[in-house]
Amino acid sequence: MRVALFVTCVNDLLYPGTGQATVRLLERLGVSVDFPAAQSCCGQPQFNTGYRHETEPLVRRMAAAFEGYDHVVTPSGSCAAMVRDNYPRIGARAQGEGRGGELARAGASLAARTYELTEFLVDVLGVTDVGAYFPHPVTYHPSCHGLRMLGLGDRPRRLLEAVEGLELRELPGADECCGFGGTFAVKNPDVSAAMGRDKTGNALSTGAGLLCGADNSCLMHLDGILRRTAAPMRTVHLAEVLASTREHPYAVPEAATGADTAAAAHIATESAGKIR
Amino acid sequence: MSTTYLGLPTFPQAAASATKDTQLRANLRHATHTIRAKRAAAVAELADWAELRAAGAAVKDHTLRHLDHYLLRLEAAVSAAGGTVHWAADADEANAIVTRLVQETGESEVIKVKSMATQEIGLNEALAEAGIRAYETDLAELIVQLADDRPSHILVPAIHKNRSQIRDTFRDRMAQWGRPAPEGLSDTPGDLAEAARLHLREKFLRAKVAVSGANFMVAETGTMVVLESEGNGRMCLTLPETLITVAGIEKVVPTWQDLEIFLQTLPRSSTAERMNPYTTTFTGTTDGDGPRTFHLVLLDNGRTDTLADEVGRQALRCIRCSACLNVCPVYERAGGHAYNSAYPGPIGAILTPQLRGTGTPLDASLPYASSLCGACYEVCPVAIDIPEVLVSLRERVVEGGEVTRAGVRTTIRPAKGHAAERAAMRAGRWALDHPAAWGATQRLATRTRRLHPRRLPGKAAGAWTGSRELPELPARSFREWWRQREEQAGGTAGRGPGAKDGQQ
Repeated sequence: MRVALFVTCVNDLLYPGTGQATVRLLERLGVSVDFPAAQSCCGQPQFNTGYRHETEPLVRRMAAAFEGYDHVVTPSGSCAAMVRDNYPRIGARAQGEGRGGELARAGASLAARTYELTEFLVDVLGVTDVGAYFPHPVTYHPSCHGLRMLGLGDRPRRLLEAVEGLELRELPGADECCGFGGTFAVKNPDVSAAMGRDKTGNALSTGAGLLCGADNSCLMHLDGILRRTAAPMRTVHLAEVLASTREHPYAVPEAATGADTAAAAHIATESAGKIR
Repeated sequence: MSTTYLGLPTFPQAAASATKDTQLRANLRHATHTIRAKRAAAVAELADWAELRAAGAAVKDHTLRHLDHYLLRLEAAVSAAGGTVHWAADADEANAIVTRLVQETGESEVIKVKSMATQEIGLNEALAEAGIRAYETDLAELIVQLADDRPSHILVPAIHKNRSQIRDTFRDRMAQWGRPAPEGLSDTPGDLAEAARLHLREKFLRAKVAVSGANFMVAETGTMVVLESEGNGRMCLTLPETLITVAGIEKVVPTWQDLEIFLQTLPRSSTAERMNPYTTTFTGTTDGDGPRTFHLVLLDNGRTDTLADEVGRQALRCIRCSACLNVCPVYERAGGHAYNSAYPGPIGAILTPQLRGTGTPLDASLPYASSLCGACYEVCPVAIDIPEVLVSLRERVVEGGEVTRAGVRTTIRPAKGHAAERAAMRAGRWALDHPAAWGATQRLATRTRRLHPRRLPGKAAGAWTGSRELPELPARSFREWWRQREEQAGGTAGRGPGAKDGQQ
């Protein structure tokens, strides 16, 4: 089984710890992982902003970079959804515009082999207890693309519930969008921030100090709000939770103390008030 | 829609003020979350919901593919039943037809059943210009009309108002439109409904002409189908002498059997009701029963053009249930007025730029009024993939391309104001397609990380840092870590099966 890590451009540049955690986790589970350096970005920002033609060279690059691997694993629901849902569409549109079937074939081949991390763990490796140790209260935000496009269902929850020491706290309004939305965050900054503050407010109300997710782009937005409002919570990628062990525990940021639930609602309101 | 909308604020501009209106935010949050939960429960009761949804989409797609056939069949059936069919290519034509028909009756006022099509064409304003007063009889439309406001929701037009605001409107404005509000009116729902009932009753009994829309038109018998919840529609459809129905051409369904699907999916999706309270069906005219004269105005107004777009045409399946509005996180924060269209929310964001085009800054901003979270697609009872259409319309905005306008294939230029973004996207794509450049960009970013400011200048960067911190850049990228790890292990970084020489 040849497995390649598609780390995503956001993780490559901004969150290398998530990529490293994914590698550690998979190697601990006996999977030999490769990182094809020819990969860059799946093209999601371009495609979702309307630049379909700018996306095409990136589809070709991705398909070439991961040619020959049985499984392509990525710690990002939205990038997995981009490959799985939109690569076939991009190929079909190119074909419809009379530019041949090469892009469609390349996209379809990669789409069939691409897995979001929790899918790979639960469906391909058949594990839910990955031997992780994470003795902290955590709340989990299931990002929209994982929830609705990929249909990850309860996979992340099953993985988290099997983590030793972890206390999973229910996030109110979990299925609501956090407001990131790629370029939406800067094209509609007021609505995006309003959605983000509602999400962090709900997360803070759980009293947990850590907000876990499987998409660092959403977490970048939420962490940015938490830090701007000096809230006692930080974000953590699911891969880092699952990679954490007794021997090599995750280093929880100092600020992630969590609020006791009684004070949390107050803090959430206060935090919201501090912006603008 | 023929009206020009130049000068209206773009969606982000209009939404910015809405997000700061705490009363509006509270009203919308309460209303959308309540109806959202009720819809979910009503839909969950049906074991065959997924099949009903697929069947609804299939019936609509079939009808749209053979729209010409079914419309001609409808026209023949309506005519045979004693009605008269009029064809309106755009809003101006439709308004002119209705105005003329009312004038021919000699009346100067009409009562109205809530109708999206007449809102789309601005019929009330057109009638007012001709000296004809149109009275809205749906409770929420009445509130909006009395307050000289605009609807902000397809199904709940006054969703942005709470009951004390409604009480104030009734108390202050009812007298100018007819029977005044009772003395000492309270803001309890029962009292407000009674005030509206008394106010409207004299209009129902006096009116000689009514204007309605239609939720469905059955081609095989020429039957109009109107769904409502208050009984006001039944009054309008039965009491007056002349009835004029204005409906979009996509509202036709082939047979009565097709209604079986939609009469299940529409009430549950819109009001979370198992069965619609008042479903009125009427076919032409019948001696001694209902209106003596019936006119049907079939409205195109951009629908044929929308039908020509392979991705966008699915928007014409819409049955106006508004489930997508009630689950939309953007609608919830921005409110309906920010869309500046009869059709707000996710469906409006794909319908308006197709019906009106993307020529104005407002209409070009609507496809971006979404985080693409997909909640709208999930609840849509006719499976319109709204995110897919949004992305396709974004492409139309930034890249231009072939569209159909007024029946003619034409190539449009990209919308104004996207040149800098286009250049950035192109440069970004170039860097991402050249790993040496991408690696150098990463190294430059990580090595200079201590120098980066907390808040950035520029429109896009400032839009991020206005409410959020920037992520802290790590000392080295993932790919640098991997390369060093491979070097230490004596391996060859990135020499996987797919790595090709010359790409590094």
